[in-house]
Amino acid sequence: MGITIAVLTLGGAGLVCALILVVADRFFAVHEDPRIETLTALLPGVNCGACGFGGCVEYARALLAVVGATPANLCPAGGAETAHAVAAMLGIEAGATDKKVALVLCGGDSARAPRRFLYNGVADCAAAHAVGGGDKLCRHGCLGYGSCARVCPAGAVEITAGQLALVHADLCIGCGACVKTCPRKLIRMIPAGRTIHVLCNSPEKGPAVKKACQVGCIGCTLCAKLAPEAIQMNGFLAAVDYARELDNQEVVDKCPTHCIVRR
Amino acid sequence: MSASKPKLSPNVGVHPAYHKEATSAKPIEVMPLPPLLRVSMSQHLGKPALPVVKKGDTVLRGQVIGEAAGFVSAAVHAPTSGAVKDVAEAPTAGGIMALAVDIAPDGRDAWAPAVEENRRKRADLLARLRDDPAAARKEVVAAVADAGIAGMGGAGFPTHVKLSPPPDKPIETLIINGAECEPYLTADDRLMVERAAEIWQGALIIQAALGAKRVRVAVENNKPRAAAAMGAAVADSAGDCAVVMLETMYPQGAEKQQILAILGREVPSGGLPMDVGVVVENVGTALAVRDAVVNGRPLTERVTTVTGPCVAEPKNVLARLGTLYSDLVAFCGGFARPPCKIVSGGPMMGLAQSGLDVSTAKTTSGLVALPRELVGAFVSMPCISCGRCVEACPSGLMPCELSQMLEAEDYEAAAGCNVADCIECGCCAYVCPARRPLVQHMRRGKAWVAAQRRKP
Repeated sequence: MGITIAVLTLGGAGLVCALILVVADRFFAVHEDPRIETLTALLPGVNCGACGFGGCVEYARALLAVVGATPANLCPAGGAETAHAVAAMLGIEAGATDKKVALVLCGGDSARAPRRFLYNGVADCAAAHAVGGGDKLCRHGCLGYGSCARVCPAGAVEITAGQLALVHADLCIGCGACVKTCPRKLIRMIPAGRTIHVLCNSPEKGPAVKKACQVGCIGCTLCAKLAPEAIQMNGFLAAVDYARELDNQEVVDKCPTHCIVRR
Repeated sequence: MSASKPKLSPNVGVHPAYHKEATSAKPIEVMPLPPLLRVSMSQHLGKPALPVVKKGDTVLRGQVIGEAAGFVSAAVHAPTSGAVKDVAEAPTAGGIMALAVDIAPDGRDAWAPAVEENRRKRADLLARLRDDPAAARKEVVAAVADAGIAGMGGAGFPTHVKLSPPPDKPIETLIINGAECEPYLTADDRLMVERAAEIWQGALIIQAALGAKRVRVAVENNKPRAAAAMGAAVADSAGDCAVVMLETMYPQGAEKQQILAILGREVPSGGLPMDVGVVVENVGTALAVRDAVVNGRPLTERVTTVTGPCVAEPKNVLARLGTLYSDLVAFCGGFARPPCKIVSGGPMMGLAQSGLDVSTAKTTSGLVALPRELVGAFVSMPCISCGRCVEACPSGLMPCELSQMLEAEDYEAAAGCNVADCIECGCCAYVCPARRPLVQHMRRGKAWVAAQRRKP
């Protein structure tokens, strides 16, 4: 007898709950556009935010909100493949996709760019930069505390043994998160596949750069003379104009401080 | 002088080793003019001054070389007469680069004519302050702004801003801060011993300018000579004036803690001392105000303590603003042994320096050279939740929790736990057994909060 009451009570309670759930499912159901799920599956799913939306799902929602209003080529991580897949599904133009990768404009590792003092604080670039302008003698170079590496969703940034950030272009998805986090603003997005770079971001005059780093740009203008169309002088700093092609081995070989590299 | 028991802030702090004996009995020495003065445009809190001289100009002592770049800014004056050698960026004690005017002294040390003019113009200002304070107050504030005075205790808040409270915040009490709770430093102590009467005159000028009813001079009880000297200066004055002895504890010199100790009033979170009717001014600032009002002289020099076990002859030095730290150290006999860490200001809140190419500023209360055995590199460990920092924090915060929030970059949570109320005194990091860089975490949190407030 006892067991029957228990079974009936619990079974009854279960039935009532099930009934409530069925009613809730029927009347409170949120109808979502099934295309959002399909579209999200087409996106890479790294949720890096490079498209300007708060993650892949948000981008998919924006694409579907008014079809054609949001371009299909905003996802740098997915590149041309994703853009075409998205465009095909929505029946819009894919648009141009130029794969971009991040480049750290500093080559001064610990062997070549000395430190001013022993920094014994929070291991974060912004925190180190706030303490006396950073421990590196060069006030513009990479501090190497890895803030960029920590924000990289693809694990493409390596902090080398010489305490320098190095972006592996083959792993970089081009989201630009590192560009935003670097307190010294020395990460740039450049077109993928480029091989010749000026690895320095110090606007200081030659003697000051030389004192702070062995591989800094001293503003000798030699490279700008050798490749005038692709390298410009920004004051005392040579800068590659990535809008133009540059494949001149001479600028790499003749740079007196070897801050121009091929990689 | 008050004979009652020394006062102690009910909030807590720490008792570091004070090491003041090296210089506390040494009279202030006037440093001869160095071969170069590098006068920074960023010697105060707020916008750096704008240089108004160029390379090749000749300047006279007291001449304006940098104009205030707004209300919360301070003018900068030539500390001596000579030739402007350069106007270029130079590092400040905080490590940032700021424009500085290099002056090669000509040795005449001639004052600018404007100084004499100001002195004559303000000759009867003291009498007018007594007779018709309302009208004369503005003139005092203008004189202080002209003189480029910034808080000389170390923070460097422009004094004329403090002297201009909004009309809805009447100031009832003025506290002259002679606590000097930082270890090693004795500049304020010596200033009180040697120039008590002038400091007191400055205090009365500030009192009149603020319309404050009461004046309290706060001195920690490890400075009996300073307290006696100030007591003698205060004794002749009518009105509600007194020297208050504070029990020696760090950070009793912090204004909010001092107000609590003396008046029992707590400055509200995010508020200023003026919210409880109080203004706190350092003794050096009071002296500078007196010099500006009575002598018409702008701020061109300050007393700074050059000390620490590594300095050959620790001294209290009256140095011109712009004196390079290297010249200060040379005047004190150089280093007896190589220092491991050189701190501008006191060892608790001061800023470690990466070189001696920085110049003395309005805020340079001292220069402390510490040997290796007192510095010691350490590795910081995760928080062990012992709560010692909570017990030590004079602002009643929880540095342990805040530092973990900030380590995780959860700035909103830290702001919610009032990280902005941190006064960066360093008590938490001093007691932390895990050697965590707590103050640095707090600074990051405060910087985030400040950035949020600036956002439209």
